Order: sequence, then structure tokens, then C-alpha cells
Amino acid sequence: MELIELKNICKTYYMGDIDVPVLKGITLSIGKGEFVALMGASGSGKSTLMNILGCLDHPTSGEYWLEQREISKVSADERAYLRNHKIGFVFQNFNLLARTSALENVMMPLSYTREHLSDSEVKQRAVELLNRVGLNDRLHYEPSKLSGGQQQRVAVARALINNPSVLFADEPTGNLDSKTSEEVLKMLQKLNTEENITIIVVTHDPNVARHTQRQIHIHDGLIVNGQTSQGGSQ
Amino acid sequence: MRLFRIMRILRTALRAIRRNPMRTALTMLGIIIGVGAVIAMMEIGSGSSNAIAKTIARMGANTLLVLPGAATSGGIGFGAGSSMTLTPQDCEAIIRDCPAVKSAAPLVRARGQVVYQDRNWVPMSIFGTTADYLKVRDWTDLAQGEIFTDKDVRNSTKVCIIGQTIARELFQGSSPIGKEMRVLNISFKVVGVLSSKGANMMGMDQDDIILAPWTTIKFRVGSSSSSSSQGSSSSSSSTSSSPSQLYPNSQTSLYPVPSETQAMDNPQLARFTNVDQIVTAANSTAEIPQAIDQITALLRERHRIRNPKDDDFNIRNMTEMTNALSSTTTLMTKLLLAVALISLIVGGVGIMNIMLVSVTERTREIGLRMAVGARAKDILRQFLIEAIVLCLAGGIMGIALGCGGSYLVTYFLRWPTETSMAAIVASVIVSASVGIVFGYYPAWKASRLDPIEALRYE
Repeated sequence: MELIELKNICKTYYMGDIDVPVLKGITLSIGKGEFVALMGASGSGKSTLMNILGCLDHPTSGEYWLEQREISKVSADERAYLRNHKIGFVFQNFNLLARTSALENVMMPLSYTREHLSDSEVKQRAVELLNRVGLNDRLHYEPSKLSGGQQQRVAVARALINNPSVLFADEPTGNLDSKTSEEVLKMLQKLNTEENITIIVVTHDPNVARHTQRQIHIHDGLIVNGQTSQGGSQ
Repeated sequence: MRLFRIMRILRTALRAIRRNPMRTALTMLGIIIGVGAVIAMMEIGSGSSNAIAKTIARMGANTLLVLPGAATSGGIGFGAGSSMTLTPQDCEAIIRDCPAVKSAAPLVRARGQVVYQDRNWVPMSIFGTTADYLKVRDWTDLAQGEIFTDKDVRNSTKVCIIGQTIARELFQGSSPIGKEMRVLNISFKVVGVLSSKGANMMGMDQDDIILAPWTTIKFRVGSSSSSSSQGSSSSSSSTSSSPSQLYPNSQTSLYPVPSETQAMDNPQLARFTNVDQIVTAANSTAEIPQAIDQITALLRERHRIRNPKDDDFNIRNMTEMTNALSSTTTLMTKLLLAVALISLIVGGVGIMNIMLVSVTERTREIGLRMAVGARAKDILRQFLIEAIVLCLAGGIMGIALGCGGSYLVTYFLRWPTETSMAAIVASVIVSASVGIVFGYYPAWKASRLDPIEALRYE
């Protein structure tokens, strides 16, 4: 069984009298340990798909199996629980809490878990993760004192704090220059290959997609091409 | 486990509050001013209210008059105060044994002409009493000179204190201190002049008064025959003579003697020195009923009365004035409460406004928190606790501000203020409630945000 299985997912937004179908029947499966790029022009529905995959939204119809569990119709609180335990997010604009140290930013998601880790355990985990993304000397820096690349690495560490099954990165390099983009992507690649973390990158940039194993193209709410591919071709 | 979670939530709230000191300060400002205003109002208000109560009390609201009972002779009643049952020892016992009584003084009345050089005058009241009379009347501040002493009372010294009216009529501007004047043909030395008190509620001039030791009035003025300088008030040599005389040497008895039957019904020590009344003051308006009960019990015991029907005394209080006093106090309290409520509501609305702005400003943060797994109720709780923490912190600062403010008012304006513990406790509770009530709507709004839109919010 795959990690993620989508069966005929549709999403329609209702704007007054007009129905706007955004996803028109997406069927997709992503296995454990894959590094996938979700590609498409703006308005193609890739963000909507990511929101559904990330349990931020629920589909209008269709089935979503995450780790052998059908979750397309669970309650908002249950979705919050899944986001907390199974999913990590990295955003284009980093979304770090201002005036809060890197360490505390990384620890933040743990304040919503139901398990009760002691303060020292929480801190130890956060320090470990910051080490892994190469920021062990920046633990107590506030986001404003960090470069864009460093901020994004803090965000990656935060996304990994709960050992998620899958890591979503929404345009992770959109706000970075090409050199730091490369660094962040290398880091994601390393996490994927060394720690077998499933990563789904949403992007419109072919240079980003090049680093992934598989590209899924979305156009007008449908998957155009979802083959596994090694290397760089589109 | 629970405690651990509460600690964690509290810490998150504190972190969020610390993250934006300017916003925190602005949010708290509303409640600081609100609570500060409440505390200052309460302290200044209760000080003023007490000052008003004191002023009314000075008019005699706490005064209790103990009058002897009515005498009847052959079926004819003579009205209140006509029997002679009160003794100076009763007065001493009241001072000693009634804790609700602040002070008490015996009173012996006389009426007649006073003469100084070529001028004469008939004062409204000539009272024989002790120095405590001025304490009862709250009249201890003299314009000139000093009050006669207990020694003067024991020795029946011929000294007196006069009111402003008499000072004006007889002495016409010159200082009366040390001057000799004649009261009912007995020469008295003026030792003090009372401060002006004006008319009482019935329109009688209270400054038209002469106060002298009661022994002097009783034994020297009342019955000029007993001119021997017998001292102690416990002397039983004085018979139950009339306390005052309009004309010297005329033995007109103003007060009827109890009938034979009455005397048989109420057996008492036959010979004693009586006084016309005892004036007492209760500690406070609230203690008037206790004072009445204590005096009644004491006098019944001293006069050996079993049946309340046989009471040979009665006690009067100033009901009208007491009512005025308590209604004034109630009114002040209500007024203060209204003002306090309004300023707290203003403070609360301020909190709500800034919390709403804060929710909008932190939309992205809320989106992020939801994306990493915060449930709607986590967000609600976080914002609610932030609001409560802000309100409590603001409340504590407000208390400091209010106390400081009222201290400054006392220091610079000389207004009476009074630290009120109740107001402090109430404002802590109220500021926490304000946090809950006015923090709830913004917190609810935050918890209703859609994480997708919140994350996209610029």
C-alpha cells in the first residue's frame, strides 16, 4: 500500500451562484520515500491539491487515503491532529514567528501535540533538528537576524519536529536567490535520500523540479503527466 | 499532567505578549487607566463619603439622649424626663461598661440671667456637665482658652466655657478669657470660648450656651444654700432638690417627685444626686442599636428593673439624622459603583479593539499555528489567555496607578482618601472578567479563521 492514495478527488468552490470546479478528478498515488514535484501554472489547481493533500482542506468528492486511512471526510479537529502528527509544512515566505528564537520556532508545533514530552526532551529534539539543517550555531537568533536560506532551514526543522510521514514544501525557494535555493534543495534531497522522508514540493519552477525524482504536472484541474522520472527532463 | 499543559499554554501566551511590547503596552493601557480610575474613584470617593458621614455625625447623628422616665402624681403624668432617676454614677458606668459608646456626659440644666459689667443676657442653655460633653457633641476645638477639667468637676470650681453668642453679647469683642461674670448671681470665671456651631436643625442657636462643671451648677447655682465646698460627686448630702431655679432663694420645684405608689413599685436608694439627662455618643452610626441595647441593659441592672415596662429612663436617638446619613452613604456608594462600571466598560472596549487589531495583524501567525496542528479551540484558548493575562497585568498596574493617584490627590489637594482593600480585590476579579468577556470575541474570531486564507493573508 502506498503512503498517499487519491481516488478521483474533485474540489469545487461555490461562489454565489457560480460553481468553480478547480480539481476535476485527480487520481494519484505517492509511495513512501518519494521526492515529488507538483507542477503547474498558477490557477491550474496545484495549490488546492496541496491544501487537500496537506489536510488543510477537504475535497468535495473522492477518497484520500493517508497511511491506509480514509481521511477525506474527517472533522476539522481531526485534520488538525493529522497536520500535527503526519504532515510538515514549509512555506514560500518561511512563516516564522517574529521576535522568537530559531529554537522556539522549531519547538512551537510541539505545544499542540497530545503527547507530553518534558521541556528538556522538547528542547533536545529541536536542537538535534537544527543541527541536522546546519544551524547549530544560530539556535537563539531571531528570524530577522537570519538570512533567507537560514530562515527556510529553520522552517524545515520546524516541519520535521513531529517526525511527519510527509513533508510539503510550497514554493520553498520562491523567495530565495539561486544559490541559497540550491542549498535548500540539496538539503531536502539529502533528507530524502538519507532519512527516507517523503517530500512533496509544489512549484512552477523547472529548476526546482529537476532535483526531484518525479514530476506531476497539473493543468486545469487534471493530472497531465505523473510518471516517475529520474534526472531532469520535463 | 493538567498543570503541565496549563503551564505550557501560559508560557505560549507570555511569549506572544513579550513578542510585541508596543502592542502589549497599548492593550494594557486601556485596562490600566480603567482599573486605575476605579481604584482612584473608590479611594477618593470612600474618603469623601466618610468625610460627609463625619460631618453629619458632627451634627449629632450619633448622639443618644438618656432621659429619666416620666413621673406621675395622682394619675397625672408629667411627661418625659420628669422623674429623677439618673445619677452621675450611671453616666460613669455607661462610659465604663458600654463598648459601643464613645463618650458620655451628665447634664444638669439651669436657666437665668448672666451679667458682665453693665451688660446682661439670658442664655438659651446653661449646662452643667463634664469635659466629655464636648466630645459627645464633637465640639472639642475651642476658639480660645481651654476646657475645664475633671478636677474642676470634682471641686465644683466656678469656671465656665461660653459660646460665641454670649462672647459677642457680653464681651463685645474683648477677650472673655479670665474675666469674671455672674451666672444667676454666682460669679464664674470664663476659661474658654467655644468655636462657632451655628443653629441646630430646629433653628436654635447652639452658640448661645454656657458650660460649667455639673457639680457647680447643681450645688452652687441650683441650690445656693449648699455653698459648702463639698467635692466628690458621690456625696449623698444633696437631697433630691430641684436642679434649677429661676430666681435665687425661691424653692420652686420644676420637676414633680414620684408618687408614693410609684416609689413603692420601684424601690431605690432614697437619697442620691440626680442629673437631668445623660448625653452619649455611639462609636458610629452603625453601632447606635448596640449602644442603645447596652445602655438599656446596664441601666436596668443598676436601677434593679426586671420588667421592661417599669423602665425609669428612656433613650432617644436622632432617627431623622441617622436616616439622612445612611441614605447619603448609600447614594455615594451607588454613584461610585456607576462611575467604576463605566470606566471598566470603556477599558474593556479598548481591550477588545486592540485584540481585534491584533488578531488581524497576526492572521498569518494564526494560519501557521493551525497548519502545524492547532485546533480551533487551541487558538481560542491562546487568545483568551493572552487577553486575560494582559488584563490581569494591566489590572495590577492599574491598582498601583490608582493608589498612587489617590495618594497624590491626598498629598497635593488635601482631599480625604481611604485605601479600600475591597476595591483592589474587586478590580483584580473584574479585570480578569473583562479579559474574558472582551477577549472572547476577538479570540473566537481568530479561531474561526480558515488556515488556507490565513496563511495567504498579506
